[in-house]
Amino acid sequence: MIDKKDVEYAAGLAQLKLDEEEKEKYTEQIGEILDYVDKLSELDTDDVVPTAYTVPMKNVLRKDEVQESLPREKSLANAPDEKDGQFRAPKIMSD
Amino acid sequence: MSTKYETVIGLEVHVQLNTDSKIFCGCSTEFGKEPNENTCPVCLGLPGTLPVLNKKAVDYAIMAGLALNCDIAEYSKFDRKNYFYPDLPKAYQISQFDLPVAEAGKIEIETDEGIFNIGVTRVHLEEDAGKLIHEGSIDKSKGSLVDYNRTGVPLIEIVSEPDMRTPAQARAYLTELKMIMEYLDISDCNMEEGSLRCDANVSLRPVGQEEFGTKAELKNMNSFSAVEKGLEYEVKRQREILEEGGEVVQETRTWDESLNKTISMRGKEEAHDYRYFPEPDLVPLEIDEAWKEEMRKEIPELPREKYKRFIAELGLPEYDAGVLTGDKDMAVFFEEVLKDYDDPKNLSNWMMGEFLRLLNENNHSPFDSGVTPLNLARMLKLIDEDVISGKIAKEVFEKMYNSGSNPETIVEEEGLKQISDEDELENIVDGIIEANPDAVEDVQNGKDRAIGFLVGQVMKETRGKANPGLVNQMLRDKLMD
Amino acid sequence: MNIYDLTIHELKDKIAAGELTPAEIKKAYAARINDVEDRVKSYITVTDELADQGLAEYEKKKDELLAGIPIAVKDNMSTDGIKTSCASKMLENYKPPYDATAVEKLSEAGAVIMGKTNMDEFAMGSSTENSAFFNTHNPWNLNHAPGGSSGGSAAAVAAGECAAALGSDTGGSIRQPAAYCGVVGLKPTYGMVSRYGLVAFASSLDQIGPITKDVEDSAIMMNVIAGHDPKDSTSIEGKKEDYTEYLKEDVSGMKIGIPEEYFNLDFDKEVKDSVMSAVEKLKDAGAEVETVHMTDASYALAAYYVIAPAEASSNLARYDGVRYGLRSEHASDVSEMFTNTRHEGFGDEVKRRIMIGTYALSSGYYDAYYLKAQKVRTLIKDDFDRIFNDFDLIITPTAPTTAIELGSKSDPLEMYYTDIFTVPINIAGVPAMSVPCGFDSNQMPIGLQLIGPHFGEGKIIQAAYTLEKLLNIKDKRAEL
Repeated sequence: MIDKKDVEYAAGLAQLKLDEEEKEKYTEQIGEILDYVDKLSELDTDDVVPTAYTVPMKNVLRKDEVQESLPREKSLANAPDEKDGQFRAPKIMSD
Repeated sequence: MSTKYETVIGLEVHVQLNTDSKIFCGCSTEFGKEPNENTCPVCLGLPGTLPVLNKKAVDYAIMAGLALNCDIAEYSKFDRKNYFYPDLPKAYQISQFDLPVAEAGKIEIETDEGIFNIGVTRVHLEEDAGKLIHEGSIDKSKGSLVDYNRTGVPLIEIVSEPDMRTPAQARAYLTELKMIMEYLDISDCNMEEGSLRCDANVSLRPVGQEEFGTKAELKNMNSFSAVEKGLEYEVKRQREILEEGGEVVQETRTWDESLNKTISMRGKEEAHDYRYFPEPDLVPLEIDEAWKEEMRKEIPELPREKYKRFIAELGLPEYDAGVLTGDKDMAVFFEEVLKDYDDPKNLSNWMMGEFLRLLNENNHSPFDSGVTPLNLARMLKLIDEDVISGKIAKEVFEKMYNSGSNPETIVEEEGLKQISDEDELENIVDGIIEANPDAVEDVQNGKDRAIGFLVGQVMKETRGKANPGLVNQMLRDKLMD
Repeated sequence: MNIYDLTIHELKDKIAAGELTPAEIKKAYAARINDVEDRVKSYITVTDELADQGLAEYEKKKDELLAGIPIAVKDNMSTDGIKTSCASKMLENYKPPYDATAVEKLSEAGAVIMGKTNMDEFAMGSSTENSAFFNTHNPWNLNHAPGGSSGGSAAAVAAGECAAALGSDTGGSIRQPAAYCGVVGLKPTYGMVSRYGLVAFASSLDQIGPITKDVEDSAIMMNVIAGHDPKDSTSIEGKKEDYTEYLKEDVSGMKIGIPEEYFNLDFDKEVKDSVMSAVEKLKDAGAEVETVHMTDASYALAAYYVIAPAEASSNLARYDGVRYGLRSEHASDVSEMFTNTRHEGFGDEVKRRIMIGTYALSSGYYDAYYLKAQKVRTLIKDDFDRIFNDFDLIITPTAPTTAIELGSKSDPLEMYYTDIFTVPINIAGVPAMSVPCGFDSNQMPIGLQLIGPHFGEGKIIQAAYTLEKLLNIKDKRAEL
């Protein structure tokens, strides 16, 4: 089960803005999904090592060699706003 | 009855590694480029891009771990640290959470109060973020400007145990740490440029209490003195609160250099839930004995060892050992000279004196100047052999510094050889005696100091080349029966 | 057969025989797109210029594997200078400055890239109805969904709007739409095809794979796109084969497992009968078929609905309005910009999964959800490994039903359930292919799923090729 506060917390962490209606809706839907997910507790996993990597690989490394960077115009090409070659965003905090 | 409080300090130091390319992409790490010139789809975090780990960053992290006496992990991995900020392109930083490259080390430091061992909890690898500047002034900002050149530059984070008990110890720890990183040559270690950054955790507890007090985290200390001053201020602030019966709030505080105080950032820097989980785009690291050995071989004699050896084996005073080992290049240069010269103290005097003076004036490192270790050795021998006087040597040295020539050539070309031939000096000495009857009278009346004056005159006449000892002797012979 | 109905190998044969030129082929497919697109709506962007570029390079590349062949690419794979939207408002105006490795390989192989296909937003969905732009329609019945999330790619192949297409599969997103649209869809072993340039949904589950009209085409496409990529740290070295070597009609002695727990789940009887009938045919052709016991697939689904959203919540955090894509106009400070941009840019399903994922990773819940799911993942992987010790392949239905009607599923959980047979495969990282095995009473295609061990694409291709020959339905095309 999950309550509205949990949904608000998750939304906050994920920088998602939700109105009251959405909070209600998501609380119900996510609650249902997590109820389904709870069936995982039916399985005994006490001595089981979690799989972080399905491929048994290790030490994939590259040489310390400089490669060409993107030309600056290309890096900035999709920028919603830019100034003096820098990405421009609003100020950090409202007063 | 007032409680005696004990200070508890831990430092978190970020060291930027001086690899050629970034940690997860091939962009250059070169400092000082135009904004966003060193960027690519990977370090910009464009949709679909993936990280590939730079081996050298791992090499350097292993070296740092070994140099700090840590255990190197056999199995290590990366994790994502998730938070939102405009300078973080992926909205997560690839870092290491529970399986860092190195753990459980220590550094030996020395302050006026003695020698201490400060524990190193862990050393882990992570990527740097971009640089965000406020457009306009901080309080009336119009916007934020972001440069991602720095994103993806490799960092190691070195976390100490909360073992420091005074700001002076913290400063000594930081100094020793910086020297070790410089000796390893894995970082520029420049606090002003940001390749060495330090945050501190400070708390107070009643003496004898085992439990730690509430700590404050200090940020934005951009120099060694700022670290010391920031800690001193914070300790005083917390002590005042506790002595008045108040409680210290757990918070992040920023050091304000202009106001000389720490300021609360409460409300602006809330506790983050970073939701660490293993980075699925990278595979784990397995560091075997062979790799560790390979890195161990790359580690030179470290500053503290060298310092002790200079004192014990070379008989240098603590002060000299400290100055010489405080800079890696100075230490290396010093040892190079000693391959061809065998008076460490004399050499030390020259290096701490004339050499350091010229280096500071010119903003040089020892190997930047025209003086080579061999030439310095040769010059010192010339002094020892009385070929030139100490005073003349200073002239010779400066010429060596600027021209790179060897001392014999300079002495020859400039005719700076010391005159130690009595016959040569005879006329000059006689001439000086004749020209200074008052001084002569003073000498003969027992005023020994007048001898010095006459010696000085002979030196002036010979442009410093006369052997002052010999001149002194000759004058005495002539004037004092 | 019309030119647009031909397979890659048939087109290549005709080019070689001088019966068709690449220009004629491209023209035929372009005309077909013009003809049916307003009804099927497979494409977000038709890339005429890029196609012509591919055509212009034909002479240089005429010996390459896909020379002159029209291919479509799902719109979550980066194409340099060409809109890559992931069917989301968030990236509606985003043009990447680089090509995905798989796209680069298509170009190097001489492919004529026809366009970027529709999908569920950020690959989250099972019907392509989560596209922020429009629905795609199943060519076999326009009132039905093509499946998802690679619905646009599957529909384009089924409708003859391309000879083959690339899709991506995280929980079934290639295989399920392939089943719904009566075409062949392969999800390779995790790591066999580079993910560089594939906009990430769930990093430890995503794979790019081919959607084709028949099995031979699938093998050809794999020869083009599979292989190690130094830009993808999870990409595997040394395991690529010549997949066309497995185009043999021979299943004698192949041991095939039928998991009882999967077949006991509640699903459409016609699908079950069709799949079992196909299995019988394989048995008659010499395969040894046995019932096996595996962990109930619903556990895999439960694990998937923790792991995938968790990784997605992190992968989609970069969409913050700073560097590219949508930026809300209501952005007086950075915090507002973040929340408003993400509110406006993401659809419902995406938001839902991001929140589930964020919750599952958050402080206090990590152990109970994410860590637990990763442990169950080990159990599922071990389960498959155990079966494959004794068996060559496992067969299940691809989906519990045939293509659902558009607009029929409003409950997220109901929609998730359509992935029940495909999700365990991604969890274990093994390869699987959906192959058409029949039609239901409404003439809607039914798909059969062949699952192989890690790097078992060869066995899958061989069995699928044999089945295709036995069933002889592969030349049937949707009537549009």
